[in-house]
Amino acid sequence: MADLDVPQSKSRDLDKLLLRPGNLVGPDFDPGTELRDDMREYVRILVVGAGGLGCELLKDLALSGFSNLDVIDMDRIEVTNLNRQFLFRLEDVGKPKAEVAAKRVMERVSGVKIVPHFSRIEDKEIEFYNDFSIIALGLDSIEARRYINGVACGFLEYDEDDTPRRETMKPMVDGGTEGFKGHARVIVPGVTPCFECTIWLFPPQVKFPLCTLAETPRNAAHCIEYAHLIKWPEVHGGKSFDPDEPEHMKWVYDEAIKRAELFGIPGVTYSLTQGVVKNIIPAIASTNAIISAACTLETLKIVSGCSKTLANYLTYNGGEGLHTKVTEFVRDKECLVCGPGILIELDTSITLQKFIEMLEEHPKLLLSKASVKHGKNSLYMQAPPVLEEMHRPNLSKPLYDLMGRVQKDTIHVFGTALKNEEKQSSLTKLRVVFKGADGVADMDTAIGA
Amino acid sequence: MIGLFKVKEKQKEEAKNTNTRGGGGALVKKQSAGELRLHKDITELNLPKSCKISFPNGKNDLMNFEVTIKPDEGYYKSGKFVFTFQVSAVYPHEAPKVKCKTKVYHPNIDLEGNVCLNILREDWKPVLNINTVIYGLFHLFTEPNHEDPLNHDAAAVLRDNPKLFETNVKRAMGGGYVGEIAFPRCM
Repeated sequence: MADLDVPQSKSRDLDKLLLRPGNLVGPDFDPGTELRDDMREYVRILVVGAGGLGCELLKDLALSGFSNLDVIDMDRIEVTNLNRQFLFRLEDVGKPKAEVAAKRVMERVSGVKIVPHFSRIEDKEIEFYNDFSIIALGLDSIEARRYINGVACGFLEYDEDDTPRRETMKPMVDGGTEGFKGHARVIVPGVTPCFECTIWLFPPQVKFPLCTLAETPRNAAHCIEYAHLIKWPEVHGGKSFDPDEPEHMKWVYDEAIKRAELFGIPGVTYSLTQGVVKNIIPAIASTNAIISAACTLETLKIVSGCSKTLANYLTYNGGEGLHTKVTEFVRDKECLVCGPGILIELDTSITLQKFIEMLEEHPKLLLSKASVKHGKNSLYMQAPPVLEEMHRPNLSKPLYDLMGRVQKDTIHVFGTALKNEEKQSSLTKLRVVFKGADGVADMDTAIGA
Repeated sequence: MIGLFKVKEKQKEEAKNTNTRGGGGALVKKQSAGELRLHKDITELNLPKSCKISFPNGKNDLMNFEVTIKPDEGYYKSGKFVFTFQVSAVYPHEAPKVKCKTKVYHPNIDLEGNVCLNILREDWKPVLNINTVIYGLFHLFTEPNHEDPLNHDAAAVLRDNPKLFETNVKRAMGGGYVGEIAFPRCM
């Protein structure tokens, strides 16, 4: 056995995976101590979220041979976290989750370095995210997932023939739990569907009609939402409701009780009030553990190639009996976030006006009355008149200048496109490359080499 | 992907020393996918003459805007009603938040400006858009509905005594009292 000749690490089981060849391994698998050591030295993983899943992920990753971890979370520890967010103790209540979680794991697992970031994900520079080999997500909101997905897919570049460039892929491993249910998925931008490709997977949140709340409440949740959505603004005017402010929550609870008594409805409790208002679904510690384990395993597989990765979405249901299933979702080829878009080469001198006219003639686009958006900046909007007027001065400026004089970047254009002789509303991603723009091209060839 | 990660880490080390920068794009603030969809919705608005959209925060904030509705028929003819729209980054997964800024005597709009319109809450679907919402609001003025009341008094009057309802609406829009409640002039 090969493992007798090499220095064993403290994780024997891991060595069995990483030091020996196998039949079920991925295509690039190269077993040996170098692999094990490189994982420690060169792989940097960002864990997004230090809550129920985040605590598990940090622990699992630290125990799976990864030593360079970062964790980002904007929340502070609350008493109600302690039943499952096992890295936290009573005396930690009020402290930033990321900092405490990082400290606790480092105390327990030697040789692991975890850098905490007590921050909103949106407040970090985009380049911050590019520093990591893989991003592991332990989040509870669609909004945050969408944001990270947008950032990670933003690093993806395509060749002239629309082949995604491997060196620009930022893999993500996404976990999510709701009570006894959970999912784990692998997102390799350009290869597997990104979060945006399958956004339709998420059912819309249940929202009660306001008039039901105002007129005919039938259950405890209706009474709570009445107090929260109708009574609060009525009494407090402009002061906005803060769900993290216990006094505000207590007020809503008291009002909900009054409402429930008036209509003879049972079941309004303080914890239900919190649950309804903050849209909390009870979290189960073991679901988090299972999902985190699956995510960590996928991370290990992506990095080392010791096995093929999950293709690409695992659902787990521990509610009635136990059921897991893997579904292979497919990419949306025209996805605005991870898709290649259409490559367009331009002169640095072309004005926005000329560019918009050009889109009309472009055989792949045939886009008339185009509006143009570059990142957060809208460069031109055809309508409504008030916005058209505000953007009009841009028309005579060179597009190159409007885009901040970068050699290449992504923009989005929307308008009316002619498809199969029919006019359709269209929104398309374009990869704009400026001919003869200098400076930045060298770096790209360096990475490609 | 370990080989790739290793190469990239090494390159990063080198880049730190020579201080080169990567390709473009990173300088521009990230837009949300919701924002993109909203911009598209806005350029595709097809509103009746009686509805106007405005952007109080200028062209750099299209996620918050106002819609002014001047009904050209029905009880509310010649009134002017302003709605604020707040669109979140998760749009169109989530409906825009809409409030009526003008205090109005209306069965489906309460005195705090909450609006009872099914597509804003329980019946919202991502295929709907800003245009459909504005038409929905417009419709509330041409056909106020006593069956989904937010302002019960107004709803009861509309149901039992449409003539009185009409008088009340006129009085409120003219800047008078209906019962104990004062309304600002909005004509």
